[in-house]
Amino acid sequence: MVMGKAENILVVKNLKKYFKTTFGTVKAVDNISFNVKFGETFGLVGESGSGKSTTGYLITGIYTPTSGKILFKGQDISVHTLKRPKNMKKDMSIVFQDPASSLNPTKTVKDIVGLPLKVHGLANNSSELTEKVAQLLEAVELPPERFMDRRPRDLGGGEKQAVAIARAIATSPSFVVLDEPTSALDVSVQAKIIKILMKLQQKLKMSYLFITHDLSLMRNVASRVAIMYLGKIYEYAPARLFFHNPLHPYTKMLLSSVPVLTDEEEALKPKDVKSMGEVSSAINPPMGCRFHPRCPFATKICKIKEPGFALMEPGHYVACHLYTKKR
Amino acid sequence: MTEQLLEIKDLYVGYKTYRGTSRVLDSVHLTVNAGEKVGIIGESGCGKTTTMKTILRILPTNAVIQKGEIRFRGKNVLRMGKNELNELRRKHIAMIFQDPTAALNPVFKIETQLIDIIKSSGEHESEKMEEFKARCMSLLKEVALPDPERVLDSYPFQLSGGMRQRVCIAMALATPRYLLIADEPTTNLDVTIQDQILRLIKDIVEKRRLSVILISHALGAVKGFVDKVYVMYAGNIVEVADTEELFSNPMHPYTKGLLDSTPKLTGGGFSEGIRGRVPDYVNPPTGCRFHPRCDYILGKCKKEKPPFINVEGDHGVACWLYYKK
Repeated sequence: MVMGKAENILVVKNLKKYFKTTFGTVKAVDNISFNVKFGETFGLVGESGSGKSTTGYLITGIYTPTSGKILFKGQDISVHTLKRPKNMKKDMSIVFQDPASSLNPTKTVKDIVGLPLKVHGLANNSSELTEKVAQLLEAVELPPERFMDRRPRDLGGGEKQAVAIARAIATSPSFVVLDEPTSALDVSVQAKIIKILMKLQQKLKMSYLFITHDLSLMRNVASRVAIMYLGKIYEYAPARLFFHNPLHPYTKMLLSSVPVLTDEEEALKPKDVKSMGEVSSAINPPMGCRFHPRCPFATKICKIKEPGFALMEPGHYVACHLYTKKR
Repeated sequence: MTEQLLEIKDLYVGYKTYRGTSRVLDSVHLTVNAGEKVGIIGESGCGKTTTMKTILRILPTNAVIQKGEIRFRGKNVLRMGKNELNELRRKHIAMIFQDPTAALNPVFKIETQLIDIIKSSGEHESEKMEEFKARCMSLLKEVALPDPERVLDSYPFQLSGGMRQRVCIAMALATPRYLLIADEPTTNLDVTIQDQILRLIKDIVEKRRLSVILISHALGAVKGFVDKVYVMYAGNIVEVADTEELFSNPMHPYTKGLLDSTPKLTGGGFSEGIRGRVPDYVNPPTGCRFHPRCDYILGKCKKEKPPFINVEGDHGVACWLYYKK
């Protein structure tokens, strides 16, 4: 299903991450595979606890995988960030969800954005550093003269996130993980941040792994989308097919729950599934298909056997017994 | 039929800070009729929650109510004494908060907290434990909590976010007979749970014929829920209209900006958002408070505050662009 072809900047193969707790083992990410192509935005959606952020952290090396492989430009990087070569770390970065806690409150914007430049030796002296930071701030539409010497507490939420983005692109990486970059922001500010991200992607030819729970946003940014539930991927497809022809009952449930504004959007919402139940515990996830306790179409087999992936249309995979049975 | 339940007139509320008085609410007016579902939308920091807290008089101690009138069933809430206020909070108006984890006491079981509320409402017939328990059970069943007995015997941390919010709704329903204020009740919840909770609140409100004020910044959530929408910006009501009318024919540049920056499920991109951010309330902009962020600015906007006018029927807007018409 996933191949290490040269068109992929990132390949994730059978990735697992288990956390041991006093109550048992949490299978946060349980055997997932996907690939991100050069220059695309790959979307990962799911509710809280689905393992989407853990996946992002595994890729950036914040966690070490329990098993499985992560290939970045063909090179195996399934180790902790400390064990990765420095030039590779330069090539990959992350923007976190909450800019209020991801920026050091005691540093100025210049210190924050300048740090990766210093670490990777990209600025030889302080005037070069100032100049490069100024360029980066301009790239995220913050006038450098006004923002350079301010501290995070003097910034609004959107401005803070713009600083975090400037820091992430400081080393001109080719791959960026965006972990819910706008979910802490108001819609009016979100729109601006997304516009900046999209512009930068074009300009710097970056690939994004975009993690979010907001499906409407996902529709507008991602080229391909995968949906996670309790540590597993259940459906993945090009964005248009994902939204116009959702197949997995969980995808349908998520889509039917999205609050919408227009009639055209309302028409897109699946009518045969209504949201019910709650996400089961990740410590003892349900047997078989993990979604079966909430699934209106669940049958006997769903409780026993884990569904495998079936290819439904070009690029559109789904893991659900409803579709595997027919073939 | 259109009996007025709540009316806020010309309300000014500020907060004392070390930098001076932060003038947050700047002439807010709002009416809720009996049985009506009203929504308030706007960015964070627009004064939505301050307005609601003023209705219940639960503002923090540094708040000053400078001017205005809040009439609830004909009585001015701002002139009520302590006993009257307590009765208002216990029996007539209930509020559901954004964060159910913070709204529940972490060291008491759900049962204790629910019984407390039932007792304080003074609605119970006897002091018998069985009667209290039965009330609790029926309340939890009304909010569709599975396994209510286990929930009653749980501490808040043993429940999921969605279940905690259901408990909070059950608490709010233990007494109010007129108005339910839901302040971002689903912001902390996942989409599928948000959908369930909103459907639940709507069902209950309709069944009990309560009035409701729903505050949210998720525009879609408001659209599917309420009859009438107020748009709030920087302590002003800038626009009001029936839900359908507001979303199909927004007038105020701020409302338009909000709608345009909301991503659509159908794709096709969205606008650049609204530039700038909510103003500093210690030194708010002169004239129309939205003018520094507005694309349609006129000379007048910087100097004079636009009056609130009715443009078509019940569609009102506070903007100089519509003043002449």
